[in-house]
Amino acid sequence: MEIGLSQYLIVAAILFTIGIFGIFLNRKNIIVILMSVELMLLAVNINLVAFSSFLGNLIGQVFAMFVLTVAAAEAAIGLAILVVYFRNRGNIDVEDVNLMKG
Amino acid sequence: MLPTIAFYLFSGIAVGSGLMMISARNPVHSVLYLILAFFSSAGLFVLLGAEFLAMLLVVVYVGAVAVLFLFVVMMLDIDFVQLRQGMMQNLPASATVGLILLAELILAFTARNGAGETAEKVAEVAPMAEQTANTNALGQIIYTDYFFMFQTAGLILLVAMIGAIVLTLRHREGVRRQNISEQVNRDPKEAVVLTNPRPGQGL
Repeated sequence: MEIGLSQYLIVAAILFTIGIFGIFLNRKNIIVILMSVELMLLAVNINLVAFSSFLGNLIGQVFAMFVLTVAAAEAAIGLAILVVYFRNRGNIDVEDVNLMKG
Repeated sequence: MLPTIAFYLFSGIAVGSGLMMISARNPVHSVLYLILAFFSSAGLFVLLGAEFLAMLLVVVYVGAVAVLFLFVVMMLDIDFVQLRQGMMQNLPASATVGLILLAELILAFTARNGAGETAEKVAEVAPMAEQTANTNALGQIIYTDYFFMFQTAGLILLVAMIGAIVLTLRHREGVRRQNISEQVNRDPKEAVVLTNPRPGQGL
Protein backbone atom coordinates (compact mmCIF):
# COMPACT_ATOMS: atom_id res chain seq x y z
CA MET A 1 0.00 0.00 0.00
CA GLU A 2 1.33 3.39 -1.00
CA ILE A 3 1.91 5.79 1.87
CA GLY A 4 0.14 9.03 1.05
CA LEU A 5 -0.65 12.24 2.85
CA SER A 6 -3.70 10.75 4.55
CA GLN A 7 -1.67 8.15 6.42
CA TYR A 8 0.58 10.80 7.95
CA LEU A 9 -2.39 12.97 8.82
CA ILE A 10 -4.09 10.05 10.55
CA VAL A 11 -0.98 9.28 12.61
CA ALA A 12 -0.83 12.95 13.61
CA ALA A 13 -4.53 12.89 14.50
CA ILE A 14 -4.04 9.81 16.67
CA LEU A 15 -1.10 11.44 18.47
CA PHE A 16 -3.09 14.64 18.99
CA THR A 17 -5.99 12.67 20.43
CA ILE A 18 -3.64 10.81 22.75
CA GLY A 19 -2.43 14.19 23.97
CA ILE A 20 -5.95 15.39 24.74
CA PHE A 21 -6.75 12.02 26.31
CA GLY A 22 -3.69 12.39 28.55
CA ILE A 23 -4.78 15.82 29.72
CA PHE A 24 -8.21 14.51 30.67
CA LEU A 25 -6.86 11.34 32.23
CA ASN A 26 -4.13 12.90 34.38
CA ARG A 27 -6.00 15.95 35.56
CA LYS A 28 -4.05 16.14 38.80
CA ASN A 29 -0.53 15.55 37.58
CA ILE A 30 0.65 18.71 35.88
CA ILE A 31 3.91 17.14 34.70
CA VAL A 32 2.00 14.64 32.57
CA ILE A 33 -0.28 17.46 31.38
CA LEU A 34 2.76 19.40 30.15
CA MET A 35 4.09 16.28 28.44
CA SER A 36 0.70 15.76 26.77
CA VAL A 37 0.82 19.33 25.46
CA GLU A 38 4.25 18.57 24.02
CA LEU A 39 2.81 15.49 22.33
CA MET A 40 0.01 17.58 20.80
CA LEU A 41 2.51 20.11 19.47
CA LEU A 42 4.47 17.22 17.99
CA ALA A 43 1.33 16.03 16.22
CA VAL A 44 0.84 19.51 14.80
CA ASN A 45 4.43 19.47 13.60
CA ILE A 46 3.89 16.14 11.85
CA ASN A 47 0.87 17.65 10.08
CA LEU A 48 2.88 20.69 8.98
CA VAL A 49 5.81 18.66 7.72
CA ALA A 50 3.57 16.14 5.96
CA PHE A 51 1.72 18.89 4.10
CA SER A 52 5.01 20.62 3.35
CA SER A 53 6.44 17.45 1.89
CA PHE A 54 3.43 16.37 -0.14
CA LEU A 55 2.54 19.83 -1.47
CA GLY A 56 6.15 20.54 -2.35
CA ASN A 57 6.33 23.74 -0.31
CA LEU A 58 9.10 24.41 2.18
CA ILE A 59 7.29 27.02 4.26
CA GLY A 60 5.51 24.37 6.29
CA GLN A 61 8.86 23.21 7.61
CA VAL A 62 9.81 26.78 8.50
CA PHE A 63 6.58 27.11 10.44
CA ALA A 64 7.21 23.76 12.14
CA MET A 65 10.56 25.15 13.29
CA PHE A 66 8.83 28.12 14.90
CA VAL A 67 6.33 25.80 16.58
CA LEU A 68 9.30 23.86 17.93
CA THR A 69 10.78 27.09 19.33
CA VAL A 70 7.57 28.06 21.06
CA ALA A 71 7.15 24.53 22.44
CA ALA A 72 10.64 24.64 23.95
CA ALA A 73 9.97 28.06 25.51
CA GLU A 74 6.63 26.86 26.86
CA ALA A 75 8.20 23.78 28.43
CA ALA A 76 10.89 25.87 30.11
CA ILE A 77 8.45 28.42 31.54
CA GLY A 78 5.90 25.78 32.52
CA LEU A 79 8.44 23.72 34.41
CA ALA A 80 9.81 26.85 36.11
CA ILE A 81 6.29 27.74 37.30
CA LEU A 82 5.87 24.14 38.44
CA VAL A 83 9.07 24.28 40.50
CA VAL A 84 8.01 27.56 42.13
CA TYR A 85 4.55 26.16 42.85
CA PHE A 86 6.05 23.04 44.41
CA ARG A 87 8.30 25.18 46.61
CA ASN A 88 5.33 27.13 47.90
CA ARG A 89 2.83 24.33 48.32
CA GLY A 90 4.82 21.13 48.78
CA ASN A 91 2.80 19.21 46.19
CA ILE A 92 1.77 19.66 42.58
CA ASP A 93 -1.89 18.79 42.86
CA VAL A 94 -3.49 21.19 40.41
CA GLU A 95 -7.06 20.23 41.22
CA ASP A 96 -7.22 22.76 44.02
CA VAL A 97 -5.16 25.59 42.64
CA ASN A 98 -6.95 28.62 43.98
CA LEU A 99 -4.12 30.82 45.17
CA MET A 100 -5.11 33.57 42.78
CA LYS A 101 -8.85 33.21 43.42
CA GLY A 102 -9.47 33.29 39.69
CA MET B 1 8.22 -1.66 0.21
CA LEU B 2 10.85 -0.60 2.71
CA PRO B 3 9.43 2.93 3.19
CA THR B 4 6.02 1.42 3.89
CA ILE B 5 7.44 -0.89 6.55
CA ALA B 6 9.42 1.99 8.03
CA PHE B 7 6.35 4.23 8.11
CA TYR B 8 4.22 1.67 9.92
CA LEU B 9 7.05 0.83 12.30
CA PHE B 10 7.74 4.45 13.23
CA SER B 11 4.10 5.47 13.49
CA GLY B 12 3.21 2.35 15.47
CA ILE B 13 6.03 2.99 17.94
CA ALA B 14 5.04 6.68 18.20
CA VAL B 15 1.39 5.90 18.92
CA GLY B 16 2.21 3.07 21.29
CA SER B 17 4.70 5.11 23.28
CA GLY B 18 2.23 7.99 23.40
CA LEU B 19 -0.34 5.69 24.94
CA MET B 20 2.22 4.33 27.39
CA MET B 21 3.23 7.89 28.26
CA ILE B 22 -0.21 8.91 29.45
CA SER B 23 -0.88 5.65 31.25
CA ALA B 24 2.50 4.92 32.85
CA ARG B 25 2.46 4.62 36.61
CA ASN B 26 5.83 6.24 37.13
CA PRO B 27 6.40 9.74 35.66
CA VAL B 28 10.03 8.86 34.90
CA HIS B 29 8.73 6.12 32.61
CA SER B 30 6.35 8.68 31.11
CA VAL B 31 9.28 10.92 30.19
CA LEU B 32 11.17 7.99 28.70
CA TYR B 33 8.15 7.04 26.57
CA LEU B 34 7.88 10.68 25.49
CA ILE B 35 11.49 10.50 24.33
CA LEU B 36 10.66 7.34 22.37
CA ALA B 37 7.68 9.08 20.75
CA PHE B 38 9.88 12.03 19.73
CA PHE B 39 12.50 9.69 18.36
CA SER B 40 10.08 7.77 16.17
CA SER B 41 8.51 11.03 15.00
CA ALA B 42 11.98 12.11 13.95
CA GLY B 43 12.05 8.91 11.90
CA LEU B 44 8.76 9.93 10.28
CA PHE B 45 10.28 13.33 9.45
CA VAL B 46 13.21 11.62 7.75
CA LEU B 47 10.74 9.56 5.70
CA LEU B 48 9.04 12.80 4.69
CA GLY B 49 12.32 14.27 3.50
CA ALA B 50 12.69 16.83 6.29
CA GLU B 51 16.07 15.77 7.60
CA PHE B 52 16.92 19.06 9.25
CA LEU B 53 13.74 19.12 11.31
CA ALA B 54 14.29 15.49 12.26
CA MET B 55 17.73 16.30 13.63
CA LEU B 56 16.33 19.40 15.31
CA LEU B 57 13.69 17.25 16.97
CA VAL B 58 16.31 14.86 18.30
CA VAL B 59 18.62 17.63 19.49
CA VAL B 60 16.04 20.01 20.95
CA TYR B 61 13.43 17.63 22.29
CA VAL B 62 15.40 14.56 23.27
CA GLY B 63 18.48 16.53 24.20
CA ALA B 64 16.94 19.47 26.01
CA VAL B 65 13.21 19.41 26.69
CA ALA B 66 12.90 15.76 27.70
CA VAL B 67 15.99 15.99 29.90
CA LEU B 68 14.47 19.08 31.52
CA PHE B 69 11.31 17.11 32.23
CA LEU B 70 13.34 14.25 33.62
CA PHE B 71 15.29 16.65 35.80
CA VAL B 72 12.14 18.23 37.24
CA VAL B 73 10.43 14.87 37.81
CA MET B 74 13.43 13.55 39.69
CA MET B 75 14.12 16.79 41.57
CA LEU B 76 10.66 17.24 43.06
CA ASP B 77 9.69 14.85 45.79
CA ILE B 78 6.09 14.12 44.87
CA ASP B 79 3.67 11.48 46.03
CA PHE B 80 2.55 10.21 42.65
CA VAL B 81 0.18 7.60 44.02
CA GLN B 82 -1.97 10.32 45.50
CA LEU B 83 -1.94 12.19 42.20
CA ARG B 84 -3.30 9.17 40.38
CA GLN B 85 -6.41 8.94 42.50
CA GLY B 86 -9.59 9.56 40.56
CA MET B 87 -7.97 8.60 37.30
CA MET B 88 -10.42 5.80 36.58
CA GLN B 89 -13.21 8.25 37.34
CA ASN B 90 -12.04 10.48 34.48
CA LEU B 91 -11.64 7.59 32.06
CA PRO B 92 -15.14 7.30 30.50
CA ALA B 93 -15.55 11.02 29.81
CA SER B 94 -12.03 11.40 28.43
CA ALA B 95 -12.39 8.29 26.26
CA THR B 96 -15.64 9.64 24.80
CA VAL B 97 -14.14 13.05 24.04
CA GLY B 98 -11.01 11.50 22.59
CA LEU B 99 -12.81 9.02 20.35
CA ILE B 100 -15.20 11.65 19.01
CA LEU B 101 -12.29 13.99 18.27
CA LEU B 102 -10.31 11.22 16.59
CA ALA B 103 -13.29 10.20 14.44
CA GLU B 104 -13.83 13.81 13.37
CA LEU B 105 -10.17 14.38 12.53
CA ILE B 106 -9.88 11.17 10.51
CA LEU B 107 -13.12 11.96 8.69
CA ALA B 108 -11.84 15.41 7.83
CA PHE B 109 -8.48 14.12 6.63
CA THR B 110 -9.85 11.30 4.48
CA ALA B 111 -12.76 13.23 3.00
CA ARG B 112 -10.55 16.11 1.91
CA ASN B 113 -10.32 16.56 -1.84
CA GLY B 114 -8.82 18.95 -4.34
CA ALA B 115 -5.34 18.48 -2.92
CA GLY B 116 -3.79 18.30 -6.37
CA GLU B 117 -4.84 21.79 -7.39
CA THR B 118 -3.76 23.19 -4.04
CA ALA B 119 -0.38 21.56 -4.48
CA GLU B 120 0.21 23.35 -7.76
CA LYS B 121 -0.83 26.70 -6.34
CA VAL B 122 1.14 26.31 -3.14
CA ALA B 123 4.27 25.02 -4.82
CA GLU B 124 4.65 28.30 -6.67
CA VAL B 125 5.11 30.22 -3.41
CA ALA B 126 8.24 28.47 -2.18
CA PRO B 127 9.11 25.61 -4.46
CA MET B 128 11.08 22.81 -2.92
CA ALA B 129 14.46 22.74 -4.55
CA GLU B 130 15.06 19.29 -5.93
CA GLN B 131 18.80 19.43 -6.27
CA THR B 132 19.80 21.13 -3.00
CA ALA B 133 19.71 19.45 0.35
CA ASN B 134 16.86 20.06 2.76
CA THR B 135 19.02 21.95 5.24
CA ASN B 136 20.45 24.15 2.52
CA ALA B 137 17.05 25.03 1.08
CA LEU B 138 15.64 25.74 4.54
CA GLY B 139 18.55 28.01 5.35
CA GLN B 140 18.10 29.94 2.14
CA ILE B 141 14.48 30.67 3.07
CA ILE B 142 14.99 31.36 6.78
CA TYR B 143 17.83 33.82 6.38
CA THR B 144 16.15 35.81 3.61
CA ASP B 145 12.35 35.84 3.55
CA TYR B 146 11.72 34.88 7.14
CA PHE B 147 14.61 36.68 8.77
CA PHE B 148 12.50 38.77 11.14
CA MET B 149 10.50 35.71 12.16
CA PHE B 150 13.76 33.95 12.84
CA GLN B 151 14.99 36.82 15.00
CA THR B 152 11.66 36.87 16.84
CA ALA B 153 12.02 33.15 17.56
CA GLY B 154 15.41 33.90 19.08
CA LEU B 155 13.87 36.67 21.14
CA ILE B 156 11.15 34.30 22.40
CA LEU B 157 13.82 31.87 23.53
CA LEU B 158 15.73 34.67 25.29
CA VAL B 159 12.59 35.83 27.10
CA ALA B 160 11.80 32.23 28.09
CA MET B 161 15.32 31.77 29.43
CA ILE B 162 15.23 34.99 31.45
CA GLY B 163 11.73 34.18 32.68
CA ALA B 164 12.69 30.73 33.87
CA ILE B 165 15.73 32.12 35.69
CA VAL B 166 13.75 34.93 37.32
CA LEU B 167 11.01 32.51 38.42
CA THR B 168 13.28 29.97 40.02
CA LEU B 169 16.05 32.15 41.42
CA ARG B 170 15.88 32.71 45.16
CA HIS B 171 18.15 34.12 47.78
CA ARG B 172 18.23 31.83 50.73
CA GLU B 173 18.97 33.17 54.21
CA GLY B 174 22.02 31.88 56.02
CA VAL B 175 24.01 31.05 52.93
CA ARG B 176 27.52 32.45 52.98
CA ARG B 177 28.32 34.18 49.73
CA GLN B 178 31.55 35.58 48.41
CA ASN B 179 31.81 39.31 49.04
CA ILE B 180 34.49 40.47 46.68
CA SER B 181 34.81 44.09 47.82
CA GLU B 182 35.26 42.91 51.38
CA GLN B 183 37.99 40.54 50.28
CA VAL B 184 39.75 43.18 48.21
CA ASN B 185 39.60 45.77 50.97
CA ARG B 186 41.39 43.60 53.49
CA ASP B 187 44.79 44.94 54.43
CA PRO B 188 47.56 43.62 56.68
CA LYS B 189 46.73 46.03 59.46
CA GLU B 190 43.45 44.40 60.38
CA ALA B 191 44.15 40.94 59.01
CA VAL B 192 47.28 40.21 61.01
CA VAL B 193 47.62 40.69 64.74
CA LEU B 194 51.13 40.70 66.12
CA THR B 195 51.47 39.62 69.72
CA ASN B 196 54.39 38.78 71.89
CA PRO B 197 53.41 35.86 74.10
CA ARG B 198 55.66 34.94 76.95
CA PRO B 199 57.09 31.45 77.15
CA GLY B 200 54.80 29.00 78.93
CA GLN B 201 51.83 31.32 78.97
CA GLY B 202 50.38 31.17 75.54
CA LEU B 203 47.94 33.70 74.30
